Amino acid sequence: MKGNEAIAHAAIRYGCDGYFGYPITPQSEVLETLEELMPWETTGMVVLQAESEVAAINMVYGGAATGKAVMTSSSSPGVSLKQEGISYIAAASLPALILNVMRGGPGLGTIQPSQADYFQATKGGGHGDYHLIVLAPSTVQEMVDFVGLGFDLAFKYTNPCMILADGIVGQMMEKVVLPEQRPRRTEEEIRKQCPWAADGRKDGRKRNVITSLELESSKMEVINHQLQARYREIEKNETRWEEIGVEGADYLIVAFGTIARISDKARELAEEEGIKVGIIRPITLWPFPTEAVRKAAEGKKGILVVELNAGQMIEDVRLSVHDALPVEHFGRLGGIIPSPEEVVEALKEKIINK
Amino acid sequence: MKEEIIIAGFGGQGVLSMGKILAYSGLMDDKEVTWMPSYGPEQRGGTANVTVILADSKISSPVLDKYDIVVALNQQSLDKFTSKVKPGGTLIYDTNGIHNHPKREDIKIYPIDAMEATLELGNSKAYNMVVMGALLQAMDYKLPMENVVKGLKKSLPERHHKLIPLNEKAIEKGASLL
Repeated sequence: MKGNEAIAHAAIRYGCDGYFGYPITPQSEVLETLEELMPWETTGMVVLQAESEVAAINMVYGGAATGKAVMTSSSSPGVSLKQEGISYIAAASLPALILNVMRGGPGLGTIQPSQADYFQATKGGGHGDYHLIVLAPSTVQEMVDFVGLGFDLAFKYTNPCMILADGIVGQMMEKVVLPEQRPRRTEEEIRKQCPWAADGRKDGRKRNVITSLELESSKMEVINHQLQARYREIEKNETRWEEIGVEGADYLIVAFGTIARISDKARELAEEEGIKVGIIRPITLWPFPTEAVRKAAEGKKGILVVELNAGQMIEDVRLSVHDALPVEHFGRLGGIIPSPEEVVEALKEKIINK
Repeated sequence: MKEEIIIAGFGGQGVLSMGKILAYSGLMDDKEVTWMPSYGPEQRGGTANVTVILADSKISSPVLDKYDIVVALNQQSLDKFTSKVKPGGTLIYDTNGIHNHPKREDIKIYPIDAMEATLELGNSKAYNMVVMGALLQAMDYKLPMENVVKGLKKSLPERHHKLIPLNEKAIEKGASLL
């Protein structure tokens, strides 16, 4: 099935309580598939097409505040509209899942694949000092798996999680194995898992307040320090990446999402010419696998960062290796996808023959 | 086994659904598959192409620059993809509306009149299955017909399952064109 369809199936099977979205290419199949599967008749999951992206993210904010497993999805321009809500959800320490199937920008841009929202997803996007946990799937199977992982992490750390997919993995079809259907949590289970939830006081407990507002600076600083402490914890425990052929390689390619697979094919082509290349594929873009990149770079002659943008993740790669070796960027923009041959050419031109 | 295929033509010719049926047929034959579409915002009239990869083992890039088989259904696609057939590979194209025919000598070239064959069947909607018949015939990897039928069942909505015998006939017709 298609990556977007897989997201819909995975959400239902995870026991998701609610999806709130607004259609935009290239991810409209998420909402369409949910409407077709009609989970409100089976698991009781709510599926709602909101009046706008802004409304959808605020419905997610509300749903998350009650301890429900809620999500939204959109594509680049729509995700820009959601940024205010995302910042509020992060500040209020709520779990939520947000899917961005990126298309070429800036502005309304194109409907073709892109990875140009890396900065937006990993460095903030909305205002204030916050981080999302950002997962980058490279296969349709990972689209499925990251729905479960994303919700699990969001609830473990009471922090919003984003699946940052390029339009390729949203639109392409591959073989997938879907997880077993899990029942949605009962009210009681939610109350136990989320003692902070604003779900109506039934047992005489103290009032739960969900807010991102704190006018007293000294208190707001404490809240910020709490958020930062949580981010350090996430960095320590949840950094994920994949390595292919790094040992014994002379060069390194760092790429995420489907571009890592195009780079893997480029690695095969280069090997036929006797050029040894290893691949590092960050799976969590935040937290970025800084240590893994630094280690993999030891003894290498250079790094090519391949992205569907003008050079965004390259900044994190450079920060990881501190000028220890040349780091160059190759990217196509505006919705164009490079072929594996182009990646090999770029590696020769920018790194090997330089 | 690995077959790297691109099917290219106009939107509305059934390019994407043909790729889908091919991918599902491979899936039913227990292969690894990827199906990667590329098309403009228009449903009809624009250009559309789909890359389908069938393989025994895990597939890396779903996007390619060189193909084992190119199926081109209009002049634009023929011009764009003829040079992208691997040496020794195969090019299949529909001769309708083609004025510049391909000239490479290091590949197998099969010009077919799929439109004519479809009209003989009496249902112009079977066009893409005639083309698929030719494609299946040209592939080194032979997909068993029973799995193609399973692929058809999987990718067509149930209300169209009564058309499966016609589609089978169209595939056989297409295979006979080579």
